[in-house]
Amino acid sequence: MELLSGGDIVVRALKDAGIRYLWGYPGGAALHIYDAIFRQEEVHHLLVRHEQAAVHAADGYSRATGEVGTALVTSGPGATNAITGIATAYMDSIPIVVISGQVPSSKIGQDAFQETDMVGVSRPIVKHSFLVTRSEDIAETIARAYYIAKTGRPGPVVVDIPKDITDPSYKVPYIWPKKIALRSYQPSQRGHKGQIKRGVKTLLQAVKPVIYAGGGVIIDNASDLLVDLARQLNFPVTNTLMGLGAFPGSDPQFLGMLGMHGTYEANMAMHEADVIFAVGARFDDRVTNDLDKFCPSAKIIQIDVDPTSISKNIKSDIPIVGTCSSVMAEMISIIKNGKSCVNEEALKDWWLKINTWRHNHGIYTKPRYEPSRGNLIKPQDVIKVLYDVTEGEAYVTSDVGQHQMFAAQYYLFDKPRQWINSGGLGTMGFGLPAAMGVQLAFPEASVACVTGEGSIQMCIQELSTCTQHQLPIKIINLNNAALGMVRQWQDMQYSGRYAQSLYENSLPDFVALTESYGHIGMRVDHIDHLEEKMRECFALKDRVVFLDIRVDPEEHVYPMQIAGGSVRDLWLSKTERS
Amino acid sequence: MKRIISVLMENESGALSRVVGLFSQRGYNIDSLTVAPTEDETLSRLTLTTDSDDRKIEQIIKQLHKLIDTIKVVDLTGGSHLERELMLIKIRAVDSEIRTELQRGAEIFGGNIIDVTPTSFVMEMVGNSDKLDAFLETVADIEDVEVVRSGVLGISRGEKFLRV
Ligand SMILES: Cc1ncc(C[n+]2csc(CCOP(=O)(O)OP(=O)(O)O)c2C)c(N)n1
Ligand SMILES: [Mg+2]
Repeated sequence: MELLSGGDIVVRALKDAGIRYLWGYPGGAALHIYDAIFRQEEVHHLLVRHEQAAVHAADGYSRATGEVGTALVTSGPGATNAITGIATAYMDSIPIVVISGQVPSSKIGQDAFQETDMVGVSRPIVKHSFLVTRSEDIAETIARAYYIAKTGRPGPVVVDIPKDITDPSYKVPYIWPKKIALRSYQPSQRGHKGQIKRGVKTLLQAVKPVIYAGGGVIIDNASDLLVDLARQLNFPVTNTLMGLGAFPGSDPQFLGMLGMHGTYEANMAMHEADVIFAVGARFDDRVTNDLDKFCPSAKIIQIDVDPTSISKNIKSDIPIVGTCSSVMAEMISIIKNGKSCVNEEALKDWWLKINTWRHNHGIYTKPRYEPSRGNLIKPQDVIKVLYDVTEGEAYVTSDVGQHQMFAAQYYLFDKPRQWINSGGLGTMGFGLPAAMGVQLAFPEASVACVTGEGSIQMCIQELSTCTQHQLPIKIINLNNAALGMVRQWQDMQYSGRYAQSLYENSLPDFVALTESYGHIGMRVDHIDHLEEKMRECFALKDRVVFLDIRVDPEEHVYPMQIAGGSVRDLWLSKTERS
Repeated sequence: MKRIISVLMENESGALSRVVGLFSQRGYNIDSLTVAPTEDETLSRLTLTTDSDDRKIEQIIKQLHKLIDTIKVVDLTGGSHLERELMLIKIRAVDSEIRTELQRGAEIFGGNIIDVTPTSFVMEMVGNSDKLDAFLETVADIEDVEVVRSGVLGISRGEKFLRV
């Protein structure tokens, strides 16, 4: 049997887990592992500039590919820097493994140099965590970590490894487990047959149905099934922010996103629905608005692989615990082989009503904002131009704020995994490192990071990482010279008192800054140049390009749900309510 | 309503902190919690009591189950079950009248005096929590009382066994 040191075992186990890339940053407690990485060629390490970015990049890689992303950090500050990234992945159920170095076993608990109780600090934001205590356990633990991260409802797993057990002078037999079986964890579920039948029956009887599909559909690679089922039923479909791309954004059956900044038609349809079919969606507060006023006439059918998501905020009438794919496949076969069909008359009326809503206030039937003029570029138009120039095929990552909502509204995602954003935690700083992860996975693809001048500055140091690893992402900076979303709330709720949402002329010259990293920067401050610059940007295939676009600072994101109301209580513009 | 929940989990380091963390993180309250390895030392058995409405209890049980180390979760209050709590009480008693009265009280409540000094008693008492509460009321007037309670232990009656 082969004898390896703990450090070598870590790297060999990563290879055996099918990992080709990891993102990270070295430091004392992780140096044995780093040396092991140096001495081989199969597992590639990408050096970032901040551990938060390592985790976001691993996360972006995972969101784009469906594979588990990996990050490696050192103890103490390396570990705590990773926390925001871990929390981001946790909130959106993204499978990643974060390996952290730890001080030597004998020093644990001594307040040693760079000691942080990583398992303790990360406990509320991980799916699971391990503190490895013996070199002999490293391989098995890493195998378990990947298994747990990607099965069931996915999520981040932390593996904390004290320095002494990766010591090169101590060698133990290397055994990679062929199969992982945990008696306390049996993740895959097919859904209760009786419940699935009841669900189908209720769907077929519906007169005003809505399919409300979330990120769970994407995570479970169940988009094709969702499309198939929706077509069979001819039901309208809405997606959550996390679910965009699960159903094709340009499809006539699609109502757009729902919730706080969802479309009028999606929110109206939800409110009036008699049956809501929730697939991999968790009734987040950014969707439901006031729980007591939520969709009063709807019977709720809910599929979720995680029982805790069912009836957590809103009671489900027909709960189905199972994977979105297995349950929808079963439903499709019941419908195809059954005699009953949908109530076509009722659906015709329902679609008529929906189309009237679309006609009256939909953002896709007519622009609902003032047009761009000269130097006044509307952020919505930037996204539309981005969509046209990339022919709707780019991977779009985003940060958090108004730009994120404009991207969600105006870039029509036709495919799952194309839209990559921090929905649950809302982490500014996510977009750029996430884009690096996507670009690494798909070197030939156009990868756009739609960001704001606020968010981009939270991880802008990663422009240097892009240089080192040749990751030619495109940064579309909707520069409104303000923390726009904060400013919007201050306009609406604080009589325009802009407490700390303005920069007072302190913004950097983004073009010069980008160029200092060896990339290309371009400024756009006139609508007539927007499309041309956008084309130029994406034509520069192998370069990082930073498009700094001066957009209207006064613009707000609409529709916007009115706090304390139902899902259909919306501001449609600065002056108009639903 | 007061609920008694039994959890069978892997006897791994960190497993208990995940349970405790879950309660504080999600704003559930724990009234009592006891935990120890079982006859199979790779397993821990945990009993916790909490006072919550049905909806919350359903979430608590699901959340406990979701922890990777958890093997089984049962709400004992849902069926016929037995519950016991152990209490140790130290009471200052110098006056002979009080000493006799305490001995009588212990007898009535089925307690045992397990240590005696000229000025104090230590008593052990086992029962459900109500009974222990009732006994404590009888000594409420005595100034020097030290009480330690184990928290509730529970087990279901009948044929069902909670094991792997
Ligand atoms: C790390 C972090 N800190 C604070 C916030 C709160 N926040 C949400 S949106 C926003 C403003 C974002 O500004 P910018 O990136 O310029 O985007 P804009 O809204 O202007 O498009 C802030 C501060 C957050 N989401 N994340
Ligand atoms: Mg801004």
